[in-house]
Amino acid sequence: MSAAENKPKIKDFLSTYLRNHDPGDDQDIFALGLVNSLFAMQLVSFVEKEFGITVEPEDLEIENFNTINAIAALVERKAGAASGA
Amino acid sequence: MKIELTAEQLAEQAAVRDFVEEEVVPHADVYDRQERFPPDLIRKVARRGYLGSVVPREYGGGGMSMVGFGLLNEELGRGCSSLRSLLTVHSMVALTVARWGTRRQKERWAAGLASGEVIAAFALTEANVGSDARNVETSAEPAGDSYVLNGGKRWITFGQVADLFLVFAQCGGKPTAFLVERQSPGLAVRPMTNLLGTRASMPAELSLRDCRVPAENMVGKPDFGFTHIASSALDCGRYSVAWGCVGLVRACLEASVRYASRRRQFGSALIEHQLIQQKISDMITGVKAARLLCLHAGSLRDAGDPAAIMETSVAKYFASRAASKASADAVQIHGANGCGGEYPVQRYFRDARIMEIIEGSTQMQQINLARYCHQEYL
Repeated sequence: MSAAENKPKIKDFLSTYLRNHDPGDDQDIFALGLVNSLFAMQLVSFVEKEFGITVEPEDLEIENFNTINAIAALVERKAGAASGA
Repeated sequence: MKIELTAEQLAEQAAVRDFVEEEVVPHADVYDRQERFPPDLIRKVARRGYLGSVVPREYGGGGMSMVGFGLLNEELGRGCSSLRSLLTVHSMVALTVARWGTRRQKERWAAGLASGEVIAAFALTEANVGSDARNVETSAEPAGDSYVLNGGKRWITFGQVADLFLVFAQCGGKPTAFLVERQSPGLAVRPMTNLLGTRASMPAELSLRDCRVPAENMVGKPDFGFTHIASSALDCGRYSVAWGCVGLVRACLEASVRYASRRRQFGSALIEHQLIQQKISDMITGVKAARLLCLHAGSLRDAGDPAAIMETSVAKYFASRAASKASADAVQIHGANGCGGEYPVQRYFRDARIMEIIEGSTQMQQINLARYCHQEYL
């Protein structure tokens, strides 16, 4: 699935975990100050379970997780690599 | 909804229970007084595969489910919280290497951690840093193909015997994790003694003075990478402690029922007195509720569900507080006998105090749970 197709699921997850906030696709969710290390774990766990990818040590950069677009791009990249595309 | 353990899980749990009854329970009070475990017991625990229980099979570990790991922690915790804490800290590091290590780090250490030939300890806490983990004061300066670490760590469980430490330090102002071998130049390890509880957990102070560590020993990346690695390790530790507390409450209950059934006052056994029955009832419900919370967290962990993280926090919060209450009631039931060395409940009482402090204090759990209440309740 493309990044655009994955965004709704990512947005759904974030709407549950970010109180009363509906971040834009390029809004830095960590800069909002609402999330912490526990949320980061939940986010990594979510992308692995929801999209069937494995987050590797080299993926643990905040730039891969701090916006909806970044998360979608990471998922698209990892899923594509996994399928050999 | 039916919560049912598999036949394999029940068999594994029974095997651990038998081991603990034979090898641990008869000697746990002695180990507590001596503030150490004999190396032979640690080897036995390792040979049975307990230390590598959650390391994936591809690295020689047991590849155990999280529910199975929980049951292992319950049975060890019932026998001795100090011994269970070895499983806790070793697993925190072993899982970190298996999950987040580089290929070289895995090749070098994963098999040894799985077999228990390499004992690991988690070196985060410092004299000035406990809950505020991101602000560790130990520093790491790049130096060619190495990092030079300076600082100190305290309360490092099983630091006295660990071969490998996962050390957290500030590198360029960003918290970072390093694997530091015991024989690293510049690393000194000193025993800490006379603890309140888990006295046999062989804790140590680490002194790092120009301690040179190969650059390839960095685990993950600074800052966000550290955050996730440290948080994941602590999450594993929290889960282990929660289940260990289930075992501790069970130990309090069993000791109290045994004592109250035999001890007679005012013409009847203590267990026939209502105020004693009240405490027994609280222990029964405490152990059942704590176990259910732990099972729920474990099943979510096995499913890879993000909700597992908060449910683990709930389980640890509840189970550790249940252990505090149960152990206090156990001492009370035993009266003066609960204050002496003849009965184990004084050890349970002291060990339970530690459970509300380690792997995220009760207060930190309260803060985190309140912060995330909106996830379910808004």
